[in-house]
Formats: sequence, C-alpha cells, structure tokens
Amino acid sequence: MDFQLTDEQRALRSGMRDILAGRFSLRDAVDRVDRALWKELGEAGFFSLALPEERGGVGLGLPEAVLAFEEAGRALLPGPAVASFLAAGEVEGAWSGDAVVTAVDGTLVPWLAEADAVQGDVSGAVALRSVDPLTPLHRVPGPPRPGRGALLYAAEQLGSAARTCEMAVRYAGDREQFGQPIGAFQAVKHLCARMLVRAEVARAAVYAAAVTRDTREIRGAKLLADDAAVRNARDCLQVHGGMGFTWESEVHLHLKRAWVRAELGQRADEAQEALAAAL
Amino acid sequence: MDLTYTEEEEAFRAGLREWLASVLPRLPARPSPQDWPARRAYDTSWQRMLYDAGYGHVHWDAPPTQRLIFLEETEKAGAPYVGANFVGLLHAGPTIASEGTPEQRERWLPPVLRGDEVWCQGFSEPDAGSDLASLRTRAWRDGDHYVVSGSKIWTSHAEVADWCELLVRTAPVSEAVPKHRGITWLAMPMDAPGITVRPLRTLAGSTEFAEVFLDEVRVPAANRVGAENDGWRVTMVTLSYERGTAFVGEVVACRRVLGEIAREARANGRWDDVALRRRLGRLGAEFTALWRLTQWNVSEAQRTGGVPGVGGSVFKLRYSHARQELYDAAAEVLGADALDLGHAWNLDRLSSLSYTIAAGTSQIQQNIVAERILGLPKGR
Repeated sequence: MDFQLTDEQRALRSGMRDILAGRFSLRDAVDRVDRALWKELGEAGFFSLALPEERGGVGLGLPEAVLAFEEAGRALLPGPAVASFLAAGEVEGAWSGDAVVTAVDGTLVPWLAEADAVQGDVSGAVALRSVDPLTPLHRVPGPPRPGRGALLYAAEQLGSAARTCEMAVRYAGDREQFGQPIGAFQAVKHLCARMLVRAEVARAAVYAAAVTRDTREIRGAKLLADDAAVRNARDCLQVHGGMGFTWESEVHLHLKRAWVRAELGQRADEAQEALAAAL
Repeated sequence: MDLTYTEEEEAFRAGLREWLASVLPRLPARPSPQDWPARRAYDTSWQRMLYDAGYGHVHWDAPPTQRLIFLEETEKAGAPYVGANFVGLLHAGPTIASEGTPEQRERWLPPVLRGDEVWCQGFSEPDAGSDLASLRTRAWRDGDHYVVSGSKIWTSHAEVADWCELLVRTAPVSEAVPKHRGITWLAMPMDAPGITVRPLRTLAGSTEFAEVFLDEVRVPAANRVGAENDGWRVTMVTLSYERGTAFVGEVVACRRVLGEIAREARANGRWDDVALRRRLGRLGAEFTALWRLTQWNVSEAQRTGGVPGVGGSVFKLRYSHARQELYDAAAEVLGADALDLGHAWNLDRLSSLSYTIAAGTSQIQQNIVAERILGLPKGR
C-alpha cells in the first residue's frame, strides 16, 4: 500500500494547474465558454484522459481524472467540463474539446444554450436565473434523471474547498486589525483550521474512491466534498469580512458554484439514504 | 496512489489472523475498569502473548503499513487493546527509542515490550494542562540525583504503573529562560519514597486516572532522557507519537459499532425516522473517509520514514468529534434505553466526551493546524 501521489500524478496536476493559471478572467467568462481554452484543454488530453489509447485517448485512470478535475475546481473553470469529459468517446468532437457537451442531471441542465450537444431529453426546458453567474442553468420538467460523474464533481468541490482555505489563510495573514494580522486571533485561526480539516478529509475520501471505484465510497466522497466546498466557501467569506460580501471578491463565486455542484451528479439526501441502506 | 497491499503485507496479515484465531478463544473476559490491578495483569499478559508470538515490537520498529494491518486485524478479531500498556508502548517507548542512550534503551525497552513493566504519563498539572509549558513541578540537582517536588494530574493508570515519564522544571522561568526552556524529561520509578497517588473518578464512574503528589522524590540523573532543560523538544517527539498513532485502531471499531447501531434501529423501529437514518448514512461516509485518511497518513510516514507529522492533528480533530457524534446517534436510536448504564454504548458515550480534551484539546489542535500547517501567526 502506498496511498500517495506518484511523481507522474504530481506532474499531471501541476501541468493542469499551469494551463488554467491566469487563462481567464472570471468576470469575462460570464455566460460563455472560452472555446479557445476548451480546445487547448482538449489538446492537452483533459477530456480524453480516461479513454483507452486505441480509441485516441490518453489511457490513464480515474485517479488522474480526479486530479485534473480538482484543478478545474480550484480555478473555477466555467463550462460543462464533467458532461464533456463523460461524452468523450460517445459524442463526436467531445474528446478534442471541439464540441461542448452538456447533459440532463437531476432536473437541471447547465450551459444548455452554449452546448453543441446535449445528452438527455430537454424538451420543455425553462431557463432559470442562475444563482451562479458563471453557470447558466435550465430546468427540465418531469421526474429527476439520475446524474453521472459524481466523483468528478466531488473532485471539483475538493479543489474549490482547498482553494477557499488558501484564500482565507492568505487574507487572514495580510489583513490587520487591532494592530495585528487577524489570523493571529484564535477565532479566525480556528475557522481556518477547520477549513483545512474539511478539505483534507474530503481529499482522502475522493482519492480513495477514485482508486477503489467503489459505489459507496464515491457516494461518501461526493457527500463530504460537497460539504467541504460549501462550508469552506462560507467560512472564507466570513474571514474576508465586508470585503467577502462584495461582488468584486471571488469568494461568492466559489460558494455559488459549490451550491450548483451539490445539486449535480448526486445530491446529499440521495447519498445519505443510499449509504444508510448499506449499513 | 495504490490501496492494494503487497504480497509481504498480505502474508503478515494472514499469519496474524491465523494466530489471533488460535489464541483469542482461550482468552478470558477483560476485567472491569473499576479493578485496575486485575486489568494491569490482563493487559500485560496479553502483551506477553504478543511478544512471544513475535508481535511485541509492532508499535515501534515495524513498517507503518504493517502496524496499520496489525491494528485493523486485532480490532476486527475483537482482541484486547493496549490498555494499561498505553503509555509505555505508544509514548514513552518510542520516545526512549528515538531519544534515549543505548543503556537507557537496553534498560527500559525490553520490559515494556514483554509486558513486564507499565508506564504512566506525568505531563499535565493542575495549572498546566493545555498550556503544558507552564508546568511548575520542580527538580533540583543533588549529587547524581534529581530531587523532585510538585504534583501531576490526569495521570492514567498511575496506581498500577512502575515508571512515569515525568516532565519537570530544572531552571526557573526568567528573561533568559523562557517557559519552553528549562524543562527536563525524566523516567521516575513509581515505587520511590515521596510519591502519593490519589485516584480520580471519571464522569463515567471509573478510576482510570489519578493525581500524583511528589514530595522530594529522588530520581537518578541517569534517568534523564535527552539533555537537561531540553525536555520540551523531547516532549514534542512524544506528543507527535501520541497524536499520530494513538487513535488509529479505533476507527475500525467505530465502523463496526455504526453497523450495530443501524441494526438496532431497524429492529426497534427508529429506522423510519428519516433525519436519524440520514445521519447514520453520513456517519458511514465519515468513518470510511477517516479510515482512508489514516491510510494516507501512514503512507506518508512510510515514505518519509520519520516521526509522525502534524497531519495527526487533522485526524485527531475530526475523529474525536465524529466519535462523539456516533454515540450521540446511538443514544437517539436507544431512546429511553440511552439512560441505562447497563448498555455498553452508554458507557462508551460517556468516555467519548474525553476525546476532544485528552492528548491536546480540539482548541489546541486547531492552533497547531493553523500555526504549523497553515503558517498563521502566533497571537492571543
């Protein structure tokens, strides 16, 4: 047993981080997918990571996909990345980043107007005023359709949870009040410590689920990662004080995206019921 | 990332399973926590059995993965836990192994491994618990002895211990000597004249810890581990072992108990409560994740080959709260039966209250995480 990242996995993660670093301004990205970046991600093998080599893919496994999606979550990559990834090998152009693919997930469809292809029946879809300015949403009538990609959404949630923890720690170290950095106060320090604990417990769950592919572990990983992303973003907002409540700060974008992802792939109540049934 | 075990690790697991299956059926029941002399005899004889079978050293110099397998399999098989040998095997032993002289290792380590000698921990004081560096028990040099006076508290198993890992102040606090300096780590024989042990009753009704009063107790200077006034550094070694490894085996037990709680809920009708059922499902995810975090930390320790890192604080923080939530859920399933101490879950619920206090409170652990992992400034 060696439950640590291999050198290759570390390299993949930092490569993905480099591609995404500073590549888009979050505010410019509202309501549209950056097609050039989508194509570049496709060329870097992001959408075809898990496709076998004989089908033109990179031939890596779920753990590698999870590391890549963790980075997407860190960077708040706009666009239906999970649906496009799952469509590689099923929809023409998805693996290369030429086609933007979305899917019906529960009762929601993200990025419907921008997508080149949709998986699932979207008749009667109605646009919502999406809470997340970076994720346009439609709602489809009828009973909820089971979502796919729970673990990839969980990986994005993990990336976001780790990122908001870092943002809070940096702000707490810089911002001074009462003559010292606010991070010297235990009340703030403890908020930050709990953020790290949430992110690290979620990390162990998400990585292990990627290795075992066990259905129960994937359910648990999504549950804990949703919780880590939502609660860390809230605590990050709290650490940022009044600044955190402004549109200009990026904190709210992490929180709103975390809320959206919590509804996709698998919801908390579904996970809890399924995990309880398995006890 | 690889969660499969090597052939060698699986062979170790198979051998251990076979041995446990052969010895456990013959083991008598563990005595009650009201009778520590009987418990000491029971726990040390279990340690002797482990030693004779070649498993005595597993907490120290076995590879971390092997240790993880040992804890997993012994718990699954329902084998006794370290009990009265806790301090000797998990704190003092590893500390002496890493910081002691060859003579000290030779003197103290074999008896711990064989279950011949039991240790207790003389760290906390009435005015120095979480603020451990404020300890006031004094020791002054008299020839080749230290003479120690003061008092210790929350000393587990003190009345049945042979040795005490004792922290004393050997230089008074001053501008030149800040409180973290001037502390020395001594091995104190518990039968020395001048030691009075007064057991304390826990809120669970047992007497597993005690107050220890020290009145001019003479401790040979040769019993000092590490340099004089360098005890704080030695102590940090001890505490990283405590946090890094002490709770690992219990996660397996919590997963088992959660299954039992779910079975009870199905049997008594409480399962129909949606909120309670979902809470149990969530705890399932929680303990699975904590087990994976354990494997993550163990793999990291195996790679670095060193003392367990501060990652133990992350684990301890989350685990101690999860354990309390587990037994609160058990109480909700039991309903009025949660008031009956005849049910084992209720005693466990009471003892779980100590988990967020012992071995560094959750508040202290959060300071450690914030300052040592996240790099936030020290402050008030």
